[in-house]
Amino acid sequence: MSTPAGATTRPLAVAGARARWLRGSGVWLLAALVVALLPVVIRTPVAVPVMNQMGIAIVFALSYNMLLGQGGMLSFGHAVYVGLGGFIAAHALNHAGQGTLWLPLPLVPLVGGLGGLLFAALFGSFSTGRSGTVFAMISLGIAELMAASSLIFNEFFGGEEGITANRTKAPLLLGLEFTTDRQVYYLIAFWALVTTALMYAFSRTPVGRMANAVRDNPERAEFVGYSARWVRYVTFCASGFFAGIGGGLFAANYEILTAENMGLNASGSVLLMTYIGGIGYFLGPVLGAIVFTFLQSMLSDYTDVWLLYLGIVFLATVLFVPMGLTGIVVMHGAVWRARRLGRLVLPYTATALALAVAALGVVGLVEMIHVLVSAPVSRGTRWLFWVLVNVRTVTPWVAFAAIAIAGVLALRWTMPRAGAAFAEASRPGDAR
Amino acid sequence: MSAAIELEGVHKHFGVTPIIRGVDLAIEVGTRQALIGPNGAGKSTLFNLITGKYPVSRGRIRLKGEDVTGRRPNEINRRGLSRSFQVTNIFPRLSVFENVRCAVLWSMGYGYAFWRFVDRSREARERTETVLEQLNLTARRDVPAGVLSYAEQRALEIGITIAGGADVILLDEPTSGMSRSETEQVVQLIRQVTAGRTLLMVEHDMSVVFDLADRIAVLVYGQVIAHDTPERIRASAAVQEAYLGVPAHA
Repeated sequence: MSTPAGATTRPLAVAGARARWLRGSGVWLLAALVVALLPVVIRTPVAVPVMNQMGIAIVFALSYNMLLGQGGMLSFGHAVYVGLGGFIAAHALNHAGQGTLWLPLPLVPLVGGLGGLLFAALFGSFSTGRSGTVFAMISLGIAELMAASSLIFNEFFGGEEGITANRTKAPLLLGLEFTTDRQVYYLIAFWALVTTALMYAFSRTPVGRMANAVRDNPERAEFVGYSARWVRYVTFCASGFFAGIGGGLFAANYEILTAENMGLNASGSVLLMTYIGGIGYFLGPVLGAIVFTFLQSMLSDYTDVWLLYLGIVFLATVLFVPMGLTGIVVMHGAVWRARRLGRLVLPYTATALALAVAALGVVGLVEMIHVLVSAPVSRGTRWLFWVLVNVRTVTPWVAFAAIAIAGVLALRWTMPRAGAAFAEASRPGDAR
Repeated sequence: MSAAIELEGVHKHFGVTPIIRGVDLAIEVGTRQALIGPNGAGKSTLFNLITGKYPVSRGRIRLKGEDVTGRRPNEINRRGLSRSFQVTNIFPRLSVFENVRCAVLWSMGYGYAFWRFVDRSREARERTETVLEQLNLTARRDVPAGVLSYAEQRALEIGITIAGGADVILLDEPTSGMSRSETEQVVQLIRQVTAGRTLLMVEHDMSVVFDLADRIAVLVYGQVIAHDTPERIRASAAVQEAYLGVPAHA
């Protein structure tokens, strides 16, 4: 979130604070309204499960960015806290179903959160002493440790099959039933909003601000009275708590948890989505989680190698827009305010077209390689972009290669022009 | 006795290389003192020992009478000692305002609180604004500290050091790399913000040293060879020899 311009005199500052507060609560109300209306507006049957997945991913990614973006801790094992929180929540849900524990479904995420907090408090106690490489390596070690533990502690992790639960058997709270995806959507939406608000609030507390300071310069933080280790530890525990809530939501939504949910793949995904969204902005991970989940669920319908494309998107983000998607949006805020967005339409459209052509060529080549490698020798044809392609003939290879090269050449021509147009449009003052 | 900082037989060696070779030094409360010496004498190392960045190899360090030998930097800071750095050491991605506010939080008792909003704290904001005013950085308060000019960053460095209200201040070459007029402004600033406090500073600019210091300690090759008033230091043959490169003790 950008910092508003400072006011110099006291009365102005107070008025500014109140306006900010009003605007702040307005934003939250609007967000709640949008989230409440989404399933009413979007009526396709697949949308609700995807949105449920997005909601869980948002909580997961925001909690991850407490470490990466705010605390400067690069973790390769954040799924551990989602997974452990989820397993604990699933067990609690089963006890609730058997009547040995009074726990209605809406409170299950909280149990997951406490589970995540417990293990974050444990693992954080020795991993937050240092940031950087040491922290990253320890997080990787913990992820491996949990993967090994899942094979040893069968009772808790349920072995290969994992732990299943049944959310409908839990006692009701205020008569709320959770049988359909749509009902679960509102549960996830509620917790996603509450945790987002709480995580934002955390970033505005003394320890949240000091997390930024420790990220920037742990040594100096020590010399203004703070223990960098304690600041990281408190941040780490908070992050584990919110990750655990995400795990609890996962348990409530899917009613099953396996060791995979806390594995390295899951930890890698959250890193990708957070980075794609933009780690420098509070709402970056939200955008990243939405885009990532959307691509994941859409692409996987069309191609087996969707993970490869996500990897390419990630690489492109790291190389060309390290501030993430949110960074691009924020960058254009000044242009928008100067009412010069119109000047960018033409160069941006040209770039988008060139990019689409390049992507078409590259995707065609990748898919053909995939068919060539994985399909049996007898079968070499595949529908690609509404054309039946035989990968054992030369023509499609030449065609897609030509398209790819043409796209890249066009990009080399349009990109600098789009960049120059942006620089021109974002220049302060009235440029003609 | 009323020494703010007291060193007693302090030694420091890195591996087998001795850097500080038995320093006894007392800095009286409420004085402004300078630590001078040729390059490589161990001035910055001595600062790092006093502030807890490095552990001493031997000897004791007392802060306002309390033994702080072996304490961590944050523990020493909480006991009222604050320092600046020779190489600018700020929070580059935080705004100027946030840089200073981070430095006042602990002394105002906010600690690791995660249940209160920092923006709601009027006292923290007012204290921060006062410091920014002193630093002449009010107009730059919302700029990320990393994009400030060099002189502004040096001023911020001092601001972070004094914002927490520590009564013992250590400044490590506060005017290094500055022009004449910038140096004069910094001297003004130091005089203003250290009024009524104890100051120990490392400084190479002799005009600054003689302008500010009540007493001067001369460190040569890990030992204090003189600790006296500016006039006597200026007249001392041993000090002149040390600065001319002739060994003081053959």
